[in-house]
Amino acid sequence: MLPDKNGYFGEFGGRFVPETLISALVELEKFYKNVSKCLHFKQELEYYLTNYAGRPTPLYFAKNLSEKFSMKIFLKREDLCHTGAHKINNAIGQALLAKKMGKTRIIAETGAGQHGVATATVCALFGIKCDIYMGDEDIKRQAINVYRMKLLGANVIPVHSGSRTLKDAINESIRDWVTNVKTTYYLLGSCVGPHPYPVIVRDFQSVIGKEVCKQMLTFYKRLPDYLVACVGGGSNSIGLFSPFYNNRNVKFIGVEAGGLGLKTDKHAASLEQGKVGVLHGTKSFILQDKNGQISQTHSISAGLDYPGVGPEHAFYKTTGRAKYVSVTDKEALAGFKLLSETEGIIPALEPAHAIAYLSKLKAKNKIIVVCLSGRGDKDINIASEKLKVKS
Amino acid sequence: MNRLEKLLKELKSQNKKVLSVFLTVGYPNIKTTEKLIIELEKYVDIIELGIPFSDPIADGPTIQYSSQKALENGTNIHQVFDIIKNVRQKSNIPIAIMGYLNPIYNFGLNKFFQQLKKCPTETFGNDITGVDGLIIPDMPSEESNKTRKLAKKYKIAYIPLVALTTEKNRALKIANSSTGFVYVTAVTGITGVREKIDSELIPFLKTLSAKTSKPLFVGFGISKPEHIQKLKKYCDGFIIGSAVIEQIRQKKSVINFVKSLKTVLNNF
Repeated sequence: MLPDKNGYFGEFGGRFVPETLISALVELEKFYKNVSKCLHFKQELEYYLTNYAGRPTPLYFAKNLSEKFSMKIFLKREDLCHTGAHKINNAIGQALLAKKMGKTRIIAETGAGQHGVATATVCALFGIKCDIYMGDEDIKRQAINVYRMKLLGANVIPVHSGSRTLKDAINESIRDWVTNVKTTYYLLGSCVGPHPYPVIVRDFQSVIGKEVCKQMLTFYKRLPDYLVACVGGGSNSIGLFSPFYNNRNVKFIGVEAGGLGLKTDKHAASLEQGKVGVLHGTKSFILQDKNGQISQTHSISAGLDYPGVGPEHAFYKTTGRAKYVSVTDKEALAGFKLLSETEGIIPALEPAHAIAYLSKLKAKNKIIVVCLSGRGDKDINIASEKLKVKS
Repeated sequence: MNRLEKLLKELKSQNKKVLSVFLTVGYPNIKTTEKLIIELEKYVDIIELGIPFSDPIADGPTIQYSSQKALENGTNIHQVFDIIKNVRQKSNIPIAIMGYLNPIYNFGLNKFFQQLKKCPTETFGNDITGVDGLIIPDMPSEESNKTRKLAKKYKIAYIPLVALTTEKNRALKIANSSTGFVYVTAVTGITGVREKIDSELIPFLKTLSAKTSKPLFVGFGISKPEHIQKLKKYCDGFIIGSAVIEQIRQKKSVINFVKSLKTVLNNF
């Protein structure tokens, strides 16, 4: 599967960064290419994914939800991974890379905090110094995860510029990396950024889709009809979708953050409302104003609050391989409540978007796999306030 | 031959060193930017005008702040063109545009060059474009083919960046692709005032200048007469950005500051 040698998925991708970073990206690309073929690396990765992260995660048949929607709904339980989200798959993979490259410091950005927690976790595990950039708006929204990162020994650096969310945390991470590129590894959390990051993140997250494929064939002797996952930068969805790329009967649905509605400017639906542009080193769909300035975004879910999207998703959209839709904050909250009440599983607000979309999906009796990318502990305060749950 | 090319030719024949000053268009406001360009013409050789961008990843806090303020003032790419047109009624100083890719891409690359070309004046002749050089800090050489072709078509110098981390053969290839000067970033890092010069810079400049005839200009972190004194033997020019923006921010005299740098530069 794509990209080409310059990191392009069709017309999307590439490497648009200051020259200082080019040698680091070339080094990373070469290193990754070699190490990903190395049996010892594969075994080591598998060891940590199995014994530390808790893979494979279950593919759970959600009977009550299925009955409600007259569909056969399966939940890929990434929320059961160590640290509570799919982010750990990528963090383990990239931290192993960083360690093998001899880097002594890891930096990362985080929105919802799940990637920050995953990075802080693997840095503790492998004994690497860790600095995490986080918008101060997100620090307020995701206090529990900030506390977890600090407990794990990471230094959380607040970002006060711009919208004070994930976009600005990425800007600061890139600036730090430009300055400390010789000693520092930038552990990017989603399938965005300059080549080779979208490939690396996709490959490490593709364990999700590979397991789904195996689990479906083992237990049900067939592949699903639909794969549904939320899309911010797009790492859990690309991890679920990409192994099925050539199985054209398996339809992909990516659910973006519709915020207060697509007719307002308070959303984060880059694929539906964005225009092709360049942000954080990659060409993709970007939410921007008429002068090409990057738009401020909004989502109830910090993890989806990003004005761009991974280039592979942009390619899936323009080629029609995947369909991208959105649900609003309100609908996502309904999804959050629905899964909690029907299946006894409290989802993160990110996959709550995917759950919410099920009520709109016309797929009676079809087999649907939803990626439950993370658990909802971190969002309890936001959700209880919005849903007015009394303690 | 545009103004920048003429200047670089002169530089070569007279062994003259060049001072280029960076201004963020619209900071602190459009009027001041325009006024400063005219005032600075007497003291500097090139003006670099930055198109403000919301997410300037190669810039440090000072230029980032100026961009943010310029955007809050409502500065947009159209005003950048307007300012050039206005300035060209009065000034013939070489102007280079520095812009991140997204606003340019959004505007349309072809249209962008057409607009740069559309800034000629009656004073200096319609065959001369308003803008003489172009710098795009987030567009490495692999992505620059189309831009370089358009720059050639519109007779605007394409100014690439090389960094201290750039591998030697690549640096040479990039340098030779320049149709103006080569922008050597003095630090492994972002723009911003620095105390010390990176110890790797002089050896880097020595190696590169031995292999290319293209003029090497040093930017990023250059902020003091001492920096210029230390480096002027090894390069052809300097670009001063954050230190100038800092003067504006602190309401100090940009002219006096620039004069102090120029004195050191001219004093062999």
